[in-house]
Amino acid sequence: MLALGAALLGLGLPAAPTAAAAAPLSVKAADLDVPVGAEPDGAAVSLDASVFTPSDGGQHPAVLLGHGFGGSKEDLVERARSLAARGYVVLTWTARGFGKSGGRIHLDDPAYEGADVRALVDLLGARGDVLQDGPGDPRVGIAGGSYGGAIALITAGTDPRIDAVVAAITWHDLAASLFPQAAVTDLGQTPAGAAPIAEPGPVKQLWISRFFAASVAGGARAGGATAGGGSAATSAGDDQLLCGRFDPTICSLLLPAAESGVPSAELLELLRAHSPAAVLSGVQAPVLLIQGMADSLFGLDQSDATARALTDRGVPVAQRWIDGGHDGPSSTATADDAAADAWLDHYLRGASPSADGRLPVPAFTYAGVLARRATVAPLFTADTYPGLGAGATEPTTSLRLREPSGRGVLLTPPGGAPASTTVIPGLGGLAGNLPTYQLAALPGQSVALDTTRSTKTFTAVGSPRVRLRVTSSASTVTLFASLWQVQGAATSQPRRLVAPVRVPVQPGVPTEVTMALPAATWQVASGSTWRVLLTSTDSAYANPREARLDRIEVLGDLEFPTLDGTPASGATTRDTESIGVAVAIGAVLLLILGSVLLARRRRAARVDRPELADVSLVVSNLVKTYADGHRAVDDVSWRAEKGQVVGLLGPNGAGKTTTIRMILGLIAPDSGTVHVMGEQAGPGSGVLRRVGALVEGPGFLPHLTGRANLEAYWRATGRPESEAGFDEALAVAALGGALDRPVKTYSHGMKQRLGIAQAMLGLPELLILDEPTNGLDPPQIAAMRPILHAYAAAGRTVVVSSHLLGEVEQTCSHVVVMHAGRVVTTGAVADLIASEDTTVLELGADGERAGTVAERLRAADGIRSVDVEDDDAHGRVTVIADRPRGQVVREAIEAGADVVGVGSRRHLEEVFLGVIAQAAHADTGESGGSSLIERLRQVRA
Amino acid sequence: MSSPLSFRAEWGRQVGRTRTKWILGIVLALPLIFVGAFALDRGPRQGSQTGTRMVDYATSGGANFTVFVLLVASELLLVIVAALLLGDPVPAEASWSSLRYLLTAPVRRARLLTAKVSVGVVHLAILLIVLPTWAFLIGSLVYGTSSFTIPGGGALTLAELLPRLAIAIAYIFVAMLPVAAIAFAIGVGTDTPLAAVGGALIAYIVAGILDSIDALGSIRNGLPGHYQRSWLELLQPTYDWVALRHGVLWSILWALIFFALGWRRFARKDVLS
Repeated sequence: MLALGAALLGLGLPAAPTAAAAAPLSVKAADLDVPVGAEPDGAAVSLDASVFTPSDGGQHPAVLLGHGFGGSKEDLVERARSLAARGYVVLTWTARGFGKSGGRIHLDDPAYEGADVRALVDLLGARGDVLQDGPGDPRVGIAGGSYGGAIALITAGTDPRIDAVVAAITWHDLAASLFPQAAVTDLGQTPAGAAPIAEPGPVKQLWISRFFAASVAGGARAGGATAGGGSAATSAGDDQLLCGRFDPTICSLLLPAAESGVPSAELLELLRAHSPAAVLSGVQAPVLLIQGMADSLFGLDQSDATARALTDRGVPVAQRWIDGGHDGPSSTATADDAAADAWLDHYLRGASPSADGRLPVPAFTYAGVLARRATVAPLFTADTYPGLGAGATEPTTSLRLREPSGRGVLLTPPGGAPASTTVIPGLGGLAGNLPTYQLAALPGQSVALDTTRSTKTFTAVGSPRVRLRVTSSASTVTLFASLWQVQGAATSQPRRLVAPVRVPVQPGVPTEVTMALPAATWQVASGSTWRVLLTSTDSAYANPREARLDRIEVLGDLEFPTLDGTPASGATTRDTESIGVAVAIGAVLLLILGSVLLARRRRAARVDRPELADVSLVVSNLVKTYADGHRAVDDVSWRAEKGQVVGLLGPNGAGKTTTIRMILGLIAPDSGTVHVMGEQAGPGSGVLRRVGALVEGPGFLPHLTGRANLEAYWRATGRPESEAGFDEALAVAALGGALDRPVKTYSHGMKQRLGIAQAMLGLPELLILDEPTNGLDPPQIAAMRPILHAYAAAGRTVVVSSHLLGEVEQTCSHVVVMHAGRVVTTGAVADLIASEDTTVLELGADGERAGTVAERLRAADGIRSVDVEDDDAHGRVTVIADRPRGQVVREAIEAGADVVGVGSRRHLEEVFLGVIAQAAHADTGESGGSSLIERLRQVRA
Repeated sequence: MSSPLSFRAEWGRQVGRTRTKWILGIVLALPLIFVGAFALDRGPRQGSQTGTRMVDYATSGGANFTVFVLLVASELLLVIVAALLLGDPVPAEASWSSLRYLLTAPVRRARLLTAKVSVGVVHLAILLIVLPTWAFLIGSLVYGTSSFTIPGGGALTLAELLPRLAIAIAYIFVAMLPVAAIAFAIGVGTDTPLAAVGGALIAYIVAGILDSIDALGSIRNGLPGHYQRSWLELLQPTYDWVALRHGVLWSILWALIFFALGWRRFARKDVLS
């Protein structure tokens, strides 16, 4: 419950590895039972201890680790292991009266707990694995928090063999800590060094109650667990039970004071004797003091006082103010441990520690205010602690205080209830979201002293002071002062601390009181308003029970001691997140730059072929395999010359569209090249400017009109409007009034015509039209034919892909026939469909039927094949013969045919089906003929 | 001869779209909707706690109204708008089949994306200026021009508030870029604008869910949207830049990564739409 110190302070956390530390050593642990001095009643006592040794053999300096009140050596295992891994023999022990150790609690009595630790030093002095400064004099440091911190200082003050001390969140004077007095006679030189008046303050009721609770709980546990651990619970009466494992003498003094709120002189004397203050004159070892601002038990005034006493004697001292303490963890725990390590390393393992007068850590380090949403407070350092040694006294900045609220009158309620709640001891962090101001500023029982707005920004470091004049109805005035920041309607307490005053006065006579508010660090921003809240009660303290009325008058300004520390370098203050992300951004930028350069080089690798400058289009060895493994285009090569209208023919899936997309740079070929006018074409290459295209249907912005679409497209090319030739293109589209309607209202055919018109914009030298007749009616198709002829006739080139064979036959001068990704034949249409050995006979109705004629012709000599088309009105016989055409015609007439026409042409369709059949036959090696009908269907589809 | 697909050309392709008009309409209507809704307010309900209500802050003046509108809008509306403005242009062209014609115009793929992104980003910036300006105008007309009341207590004069608000708007703009970049990166690979916007929103929502898992600790700092509300820091009496700096840096990092991914993906892909 009250494992004060180690766990809270962060001394229990593993130390941050520092650059100086060697590789961590492995650690062995062993338990010891150390017999020590007997109790006053003669009961023998032994301590439950553990020793942690680095397992590399050899001699190491030693460190003694002490735990907090209510804790045990188990709290220290982690910290001990980390220190042992750094190369120390670490000895932890459970203090007398706690855990499995025997004896009773003497509250760090130099004669009991102090003697115990001296016995532990003796033990270390006899160990072979501990570095020795002399016979029985080990090289040893001592560290601890709270109860363990005080014993560290007390041991250092009573045993000259101690070589270094780290004392955290502990007391200087236990009497002043438990009966604090914030009314001061002298402001002092140091930030938290005001000298209180002689009168003890009100008792820290809540803390003392918790000590008793912890002790009783611990007593019951120990009484049952250990037989030789003392006769604590078993043989004692009820009084003894009430005291738990407290020493009866201490208990008998402490209980009445806790109950009455007023300490006896003997108690004060005993508490002072059980304090480092009493033995500091004996301290020789350098001391690192770590004290917290979230600490309603031992405030910064305690470490300030210890530091003053030690500095006066010339002992090296460093102070560290953290934002943790008994009420909450330190946000800089990692850095705190690192500082403790540095301190021990320097004085226990340094080459010549005492010769070098410089401290291993700054003489003064303090935590600033935790920024909103930050998790680690910024640390600041100063080379000297202000007001100590050569250090100059700390300057102050004043904020003017306004008139107190409620005419400065506050009431102490009879019975002391309800009490204001300012601090919940031990729970500082948890109370963060409570509406604490409403709980603290009870109406009628509090007076708010607001400052004017601060005109500058500064950091307050230390104890702010305020002077008041108090007129009371009673002879003792008890007040509690806390410092708040006012932000509009919200009032917050950046440091949850309260300073009590208990001043004897004469009733009705005004008395001047100077108050030292709790010492801490504050960020006072320009424009901010601060409030000193005075309450007549505080729930953490014993409150006076008689009703009282006090009147407060403000006598001066609120004075803040200020300091401009140097921001500590180190991981705690560096914004690693920003740096990390910035580095990542830089890396991404470099990657982008690299890939841009790579892409540029790839583009530069395109090879132009000037010898092809006069050829509109050359496709060489194009190959494209899609991700699904389908080889859509397989080694395709063909060319289109100027003046030609080239038809790209093939069944569906032949690779026509894929080829066209590769020509246009929409698809990257796996291999092969495309050259347009001798320039290699690829995605976005400039030569595409000389190409117009319609690929797989038109594409327009549906919300724009036809005209606006063409204009938008042309604007996208970035070329001047005069080159566009809108009028010619619009004439091709032949949309009339529909041109000014949005495209989304167009029919398929209208869009198709607009698409052709768009392809013709700028009259490109190469016009590629993929299925241009889709959606056009026969008159429109017919109208398109002369347009394309005329277009090519002007020395330009048109490539038309289509499956309408008749259309291609009439439109194109050349064809490229593709099948299954390959080019199966190319050539001029005329060459393909005309041939010397072919004779086409048109038969009239008067003669024999075409079938009969064919039968007879087949019988004649030199006839290779005869094909027949026949219907009722007409007949057509296609003869392929080795004989001259005249003889074939004569044979036919002799066969009884009524020849009305003779031709030399086949239809393209026949050619097409022929080559496709051949290609298919070549592919499969069979079934060429049987699937012809199937293929025909495909082609016509 | 200007370069292909100049900013102006792309601007012309986007402004006339119904989508753009709808976004502007919603942004302009939003403050009016709030004014209407607040007009229906009948005062605090009986028996409710005494704390100040959101409505009272929002209606205490034009400045408070503006901040309220900005806060509400930046939670989701502006996220969707950002995803739409950056995620939609490329798949929209693809779905109209006009993408291939732009590319064969020819417009270099990188140039096409540059034009699309810059127009989208400028549209987003314009909306982010129009929304608070319009809200301030409406708010000042309806609720007066009193100084800004800080919800935590205190006040900022208009002269104090306006420069901070300008920085806050700039911050919101930067904070919207990651989700916009995600939408963009998805959009260049798809023909459906909805997939881009939806995908980005899902990513944003998943990040939000992860952000609410305390167990993830400071890992969450890197999630897109983690620092999205950090601009509220600027409205405190005193503020520091740490969260804002982190937010800006993370946003830039995410935006860079996803824009670069989108660029790379689009530069290499086979345009089949």
